[in-house]
Amino acid sequence: MNPTMDPAKELMSPGHLACAGCGAAPAMRWALEALGPRTIVVMPACCWSIICGPYPHSALRVPTFHTAFETGAVTAAGIRASLDMQGLQDINVMVWAGDGGTFDIGFQALSAAAERNDDIIFVCYDNEAYMNTGIQRSSATPAGAWTTTTPGGKIRPKKNLVEIMAAHRIPYAATASIAFPDDFISKMTKAKGIKGTRFFHVLATCPTGWRIPSSHTVKLARLAVYSRAFPLYEVEDGERYTITVHPRDLPLRDYLEPQGRFRGLTKDQIEGLQEEVDRTWNRLTRLAGWSS
Amino acid sequence: MKKVLMGDHAVSHAAMLSRVQVISAYPITPQTYVVEELAEACRDGRLKAKFVMVESEHSAMACIIGACAAGSRAFTATSSHGLALMHEMLHWASGARLPVVMANCNRALGPPWNILCDHSDSMSQRDTGWIQFYVESNQEALDTVIQAYRIAEKVLLPVMVNLDGFFLTHTAEVVDVPDQDQVDAYLPPFSLPYKLDVEDPHSFGAICLDDNFMALKHDMQAAMDLARDAALEADEAFAEIFGRKYGLLEPYRMDHADTVLVTNGTITGTAREVVDDLRRRGVSVGLLKVRMLRPFPFAPVRSLLGDRERIAVIDRSVSYGLAGGLACEIRSALYGHDHGRPRVFGYIAGLGGKDVVPSDIEEIVNRTLTYEQPPRDDIWIGAGT
Ligand SMILES: Cc1ncc(C[n+]2csc(CCOP(=O)(O)OP(=O)(O)O)c2C)c(N)n1
Ligand SMILES: [Mg+2]
Repeated sequence: MNPTMDPAKELMSPGHLACAGCGAAPAMRWALEALGPRTIVVMPACCWSIICGPYPHSALRVPTFHTAFETGAVTAAGIRASLDMQGLQDINVMVWAGDGGTFDIGFQALSAAAERNDDIIFVCYDNEAYMNTGIQRSSATPAGAWTTTTPGGKIRPKKNLVEIMAAHRIPYAATASIAFPDDFISKMTKAKGIKGTRFFHVLATCPTGWRIPSSHTVKLARLAVYSRAFPLYEVEDGERYTITVHPRDLPLRDYLEPQGRFRGLTKDQIEGLQEEVDRTWNRLTRLAGWSS
Repeated sequence: MKKVLMGDHAVSHAAMLSRVQVISAYPITPQTYVVEELAEACRDGRLKAKFVMVESEHSAMACIIGACAAGSRAFTATSSHGLALMHEMLHWASGARLPVVMANCNRALGPPWNILCDHSDSMSQRDTGWIQFYVESNQEALDTVIQAYRIAEKVLLPVMVNLDGFFLTHTAEVVDVPDQDQVDAYLPPFSLPYKLDVEDPHSFGAICLDDNFMALKHDMQAAMDLARDAALEADEAFAEIFGRKYGLLEPYRMDHADTVLVTNGTITGTAREVVDDLRRRGVSVGLLKVRMLRPFPFAPVRSLLGDRERIAVIDRSVSYGLAGGLACEIRSALYGHDHGRPRVFGYIAGLGGKDVVPSDIEEIVNRTLTYEQPPRDDIWIGAGT
């Protein structure tokens, strides 16, 4: 399943500070594998601010600019403007933000950059909570999930951010998964060739926050896709939807039950969540022209 | 070439003459003409720059931080609530040691809403690691923005040039606009010792929980110390080419003055008139204009004020529960040093655009001469008390 990558050429080095089984670590590897060394990474506050390594170390072999939590997209826009003034149009500027830095505090600047169609790649690695600060809920936390600030489980469902980004009519928006590196890398390679705002929503398993063994990271990410909790698709120019990986007919239960954060759910609640997943999936298949 | 320019346009001319490469800003009265003119200049080709039209001031500052880190001379302008919204990013700019320049059109903060001049906006940002200037005229606004780039790029700290909202921003004055080739001779093309460069990759701003953190902060303070000399050098070099010079402080008619008024911004112009008038009437009063507030010019303040009898500081803002910020700084400069012990009277005046007219300043001088001791650390003028 893994792409064959040459360790000597990899742009992310071992010795980074991610927890064992952190899904956000392979996500960075797949992204940089596609983008290559002529890439500048913009890093708003998130787990990756730590994973990257403390001064004077860095786990990345590309220039990395740490910035305030809510400023990923616009800091990248500023870098882009400068590079364009210097005639360096070929350099990729990639924002690497968590779900908080994307769905919540970072959303205003992201929406503005998308409206301007700034020539940047914005990657949200979504671990479905504020993990850096100790597992507090975000608007990307799914319904039913325990976090330290939703001790009884979150009530409202996750925002559909890809659709919101698509509504900005940006040239490219896609979901991606660490369990499907071929799909991930081919989408990122495609995005690299497009000008304008490109948005990636990557589900990044978090063993600490999801209450799963660290050895189950990839397995859970795969179950999320196969159970249609996190379908893999892309949206071009805000309207052309393509589902890129066929899910399997697995019940949502198979994805939820191994995770400690869903332990409090009753059978009825799981059924309710299943209905929500079915509704969302049906909508997606309609948009992708699979059904009418 | 002499032109009649409002303060806002003096600032936008200065940004163009400085050949800024990336601009990002968000509109707020009384700054709007600055950015409208720059948007126009980017469109009609007078300026080769990218203007990123952002959705907030917080983003404007983040944008020019990114642009500067990637190797471009960058500019923004704001005011009041816009500056307050930027607060977090002001720390990011200075902490990242990025020589960006910003014009701040001084304006009060609400509530209640008020669009007129006072200094609460910039005074609230004194601790953010920005060099701060306060100017008295549109000419000085234009000249100081150009000087600001030379200073910033020398010491690697950002510079904020403050000009009084409406009193300067929207008031037309004759301004001598320098020739581009003269400014080019004064301001070399932008370059940074470190920038975001794919050929030489580095990480900027990575977490630092060890002793290096404190060392880096100490470096910032050392750069602030250097900024005083850098500002003097920039001013001297400016005088050589353009024939105008401002200093960090400007003493006015201070010879043998027992009492000295201390002002910044446009109140200074009015105070000059009052001092002239009082001198004619035999009152021993002088004036000290504080042009550079950060780094604070401690040594010259001490030597210029240390042996006077009475100092009257006029603040156009207040630190609630304390007193006027400038008065506090003058007091802190004078205390505990080996010179006389002038009595420092701190006055609060001109909040929310309230005019500070000659009779107000005369009242300030009269009160200062009459009081035995300051009745409080903040004496309010024109608050109906
Ligand atoms: C303005 C501001 N508010 C709060 C914080 C504290 N903070 C740092 S990271 C973080 C959570 C990040 O969550 P997310 O974006 O999901 O990334 P993750 O940590 O999960 O990788 C928070 C709340 C901050 N750095 N800045
Ligand atoms: Mg998160």
